Amino acid sequence: MVAVTVNGKIYNTNADPRTPLLWVLRDDLGLTGTKYGCGVAQCGSCTVHIDGVVNRSCRVPLNAVGRRKVTTIEGLAQGGTLTKVQQAWLDNDVPQCGYCQSGMIMAAAALLKTTPKPTDEEIDAAMTNICRCGTYQQIRAAIHDAAKG
Amino acid sequence: MTTTTLNRRNFLASSAAIAGGFSLGFGVPFSRAEAQTGVQEINAWVVIHPDDKVVIRIARSEMGQGTLTGLAQLVAEELECDWAKVTTEYPTPGQNLARNRVWGNFSTGGSQGIRQSNQYVRQGGATAREMLIQAAAKEWNVPASECSAANSVITHKGTGKTTTYGKVAAAAAKMEPPKDVKLKDAKDWKIAGKGLKRLDTRDKLTGAQLYGIDLKLPNMLTATIRDTPVNGGKLKSFDAAKVEKMPGVKKVVAIDGRAVAVVANSYWQARTALAALPVEWDPGPGGSVSSSDIAAMLAEGLNATQAFVGNQAGDAKGAIDKAAKKIEAVYSYPYQNHATMEPMNCTALWTPDKCEAWGPTQNGEAALAATAEAAGLPVNKCDFRKTLLGGGFGRRGRSDYVRQAVLIAKEMPGTPIKLIWSREEDMTHCTFHPIMACKLTGGIDAAGNIAGLHVRLSGQSILAGLLPQNLQNGMDPVVFQGFNNGGTESAYGYNIDNLLVDHAMRNPHVLPGFWRGVNTNQNAIFMECFMDELAEAAGQDPLEFRRKMLKPRHLRVLNAAVEKAGWGKAPAGVHQGLAQIMGYGSYVAAVAEVSVSDAGQLKIHRIVAATDCGHAVNPAQIERQIAGSFVYGLSAALYGECTVKDGAIEQTNFDTYNVMRMDEMPKVESVIVPSGDFWGGVGEPTIAVAAPAVLNAIYRATGKRIRTLPVMNHDLRKA
Repeated sequence: MVAVTVNGKIYNTNADPRTPLLWVLRDDLGLTGTKYGCGVAQCGSCTVHIDGVVNRSCRVPLNAVGRRKVTTIEGLAQGGTLTKVQQAWLDNDVPQCGYCQSGMIMAAAALLKTTPKPTDEEIDAAMTNICRCGTYQQIRAAIHDAAKG
Repeated sequence: MTTTTLNRRNFLASSAAIAGGFSLGFGVPFSRAEAQTGVQEINAWVVIHPDDKVVIRIARSEMGQGTLTGLAQLVAEELECDWAKVTTEYPTPGQNLARNRVWGNFSTGGSQGIRQSNQYVRQGGATAREMLIQAAAKEWNVPASECSAANSVITHKGTGKTTTYGKVAAAAAKMEPPKDVKLKDAKDWKIAGKGLKRLDTRDKLTGAQLYGIDLKLPNMLTATIRDTPVNGGKLKSFDAAKVEKMPGVKKVVAIDGRAVAVVANSYWQARTALAALPVEWDPGPGGSVSSSDIAAMLAEGLNATQAFVGNQAGDAKGAIDKAAKKIEAVYSYPYQNHATMEPMNCTALWTPDKCEAWGPTQNGEAALAATAEAAGLPVNKCDFRKTLLGGGFGRRGRSDYVRQAVLIAKEMPGTPIKLIWSREEDMTHCTFHPIMACKLTGGIDAAGNIAGLHVRLSGQSILAGLLPQNLQNGMDPVVFQGFNNGGTESAYGYNIDNLLVDHAMRNPHVLPGFWRGVNTNQNAIFMECFMDELAEAAGQDPLEFRRKMLKPRHLRVLNAAVEKAGWGKAPAGVHQGLAQIMGYGSYVAAVAEVSVSDAGQLKIHRIVAATDCGHAVNPAQIERQIAGSFVYGLSAALYGECTVKDGAIEQTNFDTYNVMRMDEMPKVESVIVPSGDFWGGVGEPTIAVAAPAVLNAIYRATGKRIRTLPVMNHDLRKA
């Protein structure tokens, strides 16, 4: 058994320790908000925070997580109250298909933590996730809004 | 902090709760289920709860384009209901069949959701409204003509009595539906025509939204698959014994003699075993084909004698021969993958007497047909339940992955199987955007006008690959999308007296398919880039050259774009290009502003895009579709290319199939100029102008005509 801390809970899982965190989250912990997009850390759909830092969970084996704390999209809103980033996403009506948005929101949340008032260039540098519907323009607006609030 | 130990039992219990919403009593018609809860179906489109909540049923698939919201706006507009109380749900294709296709066509492609169904969904809303009013009038014993409805409240003019939809819903359901309902004039719209927020956003922000890939059913197993790497090839052999003992593995299954799947407890176990599975393939005749062979095949077609004539006026060849000036150019457009963010997946549960499947599809009815066929059961013993799609772009109109899931499930009766494709499988087994080459020959007369134009297309037919029964005497009319002279579907928009557009069909073994924008994508590049070449040959400004020839609706939209952009007024070092077309019933035009550094680095600064889609049902969502069209269309123009080696597609993931990211996103400004007298599509038309506007701007920045896509293969340093 491997113990992993996700969204403030310690889970003990029987998953093979080499399993990517993404699939432990999805298949063992039932946390399907974190998405599979590429499996090679290219698209960012699987973005989570590990000790507050963005990580692409498809390339993080379970046994590399150790005692560090994992936060997924399910761990952001508390008691039904959206975080500032999520609220900005709602206000800007950002998602289209929505599949990449968990990862986008996780990436934006981490950016705003380290850079509370990001410039466009800082947004470009931090937001390297892929969206095929093309919501980039609304994402940029939402990040600026969240930075204001 | 709490500690949770996951065991199989509590995991399954929570999974069953999640899946509950997707498995509403198999085969139970809505009306019976609803009778038990006091929830009332007024008609096929409208369900009203006692607390006035309104559920609007939407047959088309939501894949990001906003059709759930747009179609609900049209129903709600006529229903006169309180928009704040509206939610939506999908009927299933099985329910549609059982009810004589009351919801019409489920197919979601060709930007037709709103333009094809606006009439009957609005009638559905209006009919329900009239039934609700009649029920109230009957209760009050007054004529229905003295009652009116607004915001889910019915009012009697004379007495001032009011009631709500929720209170009269049960009685309304029993009223005779009126035969003729008058639909509102768009100028009286209060809900439609407004840039309302989408109805499906919140769950997409918290991880709560379930996509097909997220489904969990009790006792479910997960499968992953490897299909023949070469289309047309076969599965020769595999050694299941090598992987059957691996952790979690339950079964290794051959599918249709061309694919092999591993079923396991979890995706990672299935994937790990499949990667370790020794497989031998028979590639078939396609196995010897590479990109250079395909290019040679298309090049031959550019000069072939035999070609299907798609559009002809006057005597193009004669006029070109006599013209003062003659120019010729050859363009080409590569295979491309849709690359939806959610890989293909489908979940199926087969038993000897029924089969149910769940998943993302753009065509619910086709998915149901595929389910029944693979299940070997009558269609009324099957159903397909649609999930929201993590992208569609045309890929999910095809049901290959549905068939695979059902065939795997059939090998394990009573066990739900979720089939998930790896990204690598998805990248190499798409229905690829068809490959096409084009030779354009134009003549300019002494007055600087087009004397004649011959457009020779050479390349692949989607219909020949997917729907050969739809070919017309061997010709594929879809190839000419955007090369029509008028009509209501797609047109180039110029008055050209002597024109010939013909197609030498050349079909390599790679499976082609519908890809957001379909053939307007490359045809608009061919036409609009060559139009700039003709303008230059005539010594004229590309805008003025077009203005002389453009039909009024095309011209109006182009003017809207250039006025907003400030044609000819780009900042120093920034260069403009433009393009226009009518596609999917809508007139679109774009101005792109780009710069290219001395090192050849392209920067797309700004796009101004104008659209006349007739009726603009939700301008905010139209803006998003326009902006998204540039991401999709420019990803294709800059990077999109699937190449073939030994019959197989070489690009396997986003590291080799690049797409546009945030840092390359230009500022997109939309100009929506609805003329209000027709219904045009929105999801696709603008993609066609994205690439040519940028390519024309690149020429003005660098002096280089990019005629072979994608742009990444070219050195953009100034000529």
